[in-house]
Amino acid sequence: MPIDWFPLWLSLRVAVLATAAAVVLGLWLAWLLANRDFRGKEWLDAAVALPLVLPPTVLGYYLLVLLGRASPLGKLYETVVGQPLVFTWQAAVVAALFHALPLLVKSARAALESVDPVYQRAARTLGASEWRVFLRVTLPLTQRQVLAAAALAFARSLGDFGVTLMIAGNIPGRTQTISVAIYDAVMADNGAAARAMVLVVSVVALATLALANRLSGAAMR
Amino acid sequence: MIEARIRKRFRQGRESAGFTLDVEFEAGPGVTVLFGASGAGKTLTLDCIAGFVKPDEGRILLDDVILFDAVSGVNLPPRERRCGYVFQNYALFPHMTLRENLTFAAGGWPRAERRRKVNEVLERFRLADIAGRMPHELSGGQKQRGSIARALVGGGASHSGGTRILLLDEPAQGLDAPLREEFYAVLRQVKAEFGTPALLVTHSLEECCALADYMHVVSAGRLARSGTPREVIEEPGSADVARLLGLYNLISGEVRALDPGRNRSRLKLGEFEVEARYLPGRLIGDRVTVYVRPAELRASPKDGRPGVNQAALVLRQVVDLAEGVRLEFESGIAVEMTRADYALSAAAREWLVEFPASSLRVL
Repeated sequence: MPIDWFPLWLSLRVAVLATAAAVVLGLWLAWLLANRDFRGKEWLDAAVALPLVLPPTVLGYYLLVLLGRASPLGKLYETVVGQPLVFTWQAAVVAALFHALPLLVKSARAALESVDPVYQRAARTLGASEWRVFLRVTLPLTQRQVLAAAALAFARSLGDFGVTLMIAGNIPGRTQTISVAIYDAVMADNGAAARAMVLVVSVVALATLALANRLSGAAMR
Repeated sequence: MIEARIRKRFRQGRESAGFTLDVEFEAGPGVTVLFGASGAGKTLTLDCIAGFVKPDEGRILLDDVILFDAVSGVNLPPRERRCGYVFQNYALFPHMTLRENLTFAAGGWPRAERRRKVNEVLERFRLADIAGRMPHELSGGQKQRGSIARALVGGGASHSGGTRILLLDEPAQGLDAPLREEFYAVLRQVKAEFGTPALLVTHSLEECCALADYMHVVSAGRLARSGTPREVIEEPGSADVARLLGLYNLISGEVRALDPGRNRSRLKLGEFEVEARYLPGRLIGDRVTVYVRPAELRASPKDGRPGVNQAALVLRQVVDLAEGVRLEFESGIAVEMTRADYALSAAAREWLVEFPASSLRVL
């Protein structure tokens, strides 16, 4: 029986999109946490880290409630896009995004905080807006660490299982990502397919982690 | 021109002593120096003006623009203050070439104007040939000129009127003598060619004398004395300032006799008594501090009993100065004399030190 590689391509597409979204959202959150003092900052900090400790089923349940067809957000999405979000491959992107976000925020925040504040001060006295300071000074100075964080986020979004299953389901050929497909293959006693997919996922994850280490290692030097 | 009244209080923390900055001063055209020991509040004052630190009370005016006013709640962000800040380690952006550093600063000017301004400033500071280098490829002196040039180019949309004042935080600290000289020359050039006023923080009296048109001595968060360097050195005004300047013999003593008719007084300084000028407003028995410049004292090898205003002192060590030598005696008193004078009697251990009445200043 030939191995169906659709889950791999879907997973890669989901992981790329989720990483892109996580970088934008994560950098913004990291910047907020690193630079701003506001009420409830500790709570935001804790909430961002929550997906690391919550069972995926709990996180998935929250997202179902938040984005389901009956919820305001779900309805809004359906009106704009023309189809519901849950149980589509786009929902898998959302799942992977939340799965990857905590890691990205943590490392991006550490990177932003590692920049000597004197450069930001200098940029401000030279008339730069906060946005310009971030884009032209802070971000270039942390480029490598942020790329390393993005690589980590990519590896992590590739590996989500529980949340994806909860909100994107397990529809072969439509929403079945590789981690879910491996589970199916094992359950169906399809050892060859399981082994092949396990090997591919492991190689991709290992290569991504090596890249991440290389990036952050070079930044240290 | 800056007019500042700044009050900022830091509560006593677990690991830090409480500190209150409370200063009021003006800085006109030319170079104004904030002089003081580290921890006196000089850099904090600079940071309040630049907008990095928000004072609790007070008002900061720069060329009729209110940068900060506690009463009306005005507190302009740093980017709108048009202060060119030169940081201690220069803070050139390490990921940009020197030219890009300046172009970043000139962001508020229209494109063509920006190019012209950047080129002009690079040219004036002899940086045009190395404008394409990254900061880590520049020498110390080049970085320094680069960071002053960048501060002068002044950027951002709200900076299009140019930089109004340069704020320099110990820019010559840790530089060797030739680089310090170069820095003095650059700052004089700024004054002559750009006319931008500068407020400079330093704890080096040499730097202060080389550059300052006017100086404020900051001590423990307050202004202890203001004036031209000459005025401050000649009349420190308090023992505290005299000690900070580090130029004087400071001797504590007691008033023994006062004679307004003959414009005389007698002071007991430690073991010996000297005659000084009459001290208005003092009473017999008052404790006073006398300060004497080492160059105004006269010393000769001991050849008899001390005469009027002379004290017999034992020499501890001799320090070579750029011009002449300084004899340091066991009681902590120092005398400066020319090398030739010292050579005549170099072997002596016991000396007579004379305190001319005109040299004794009483605080």
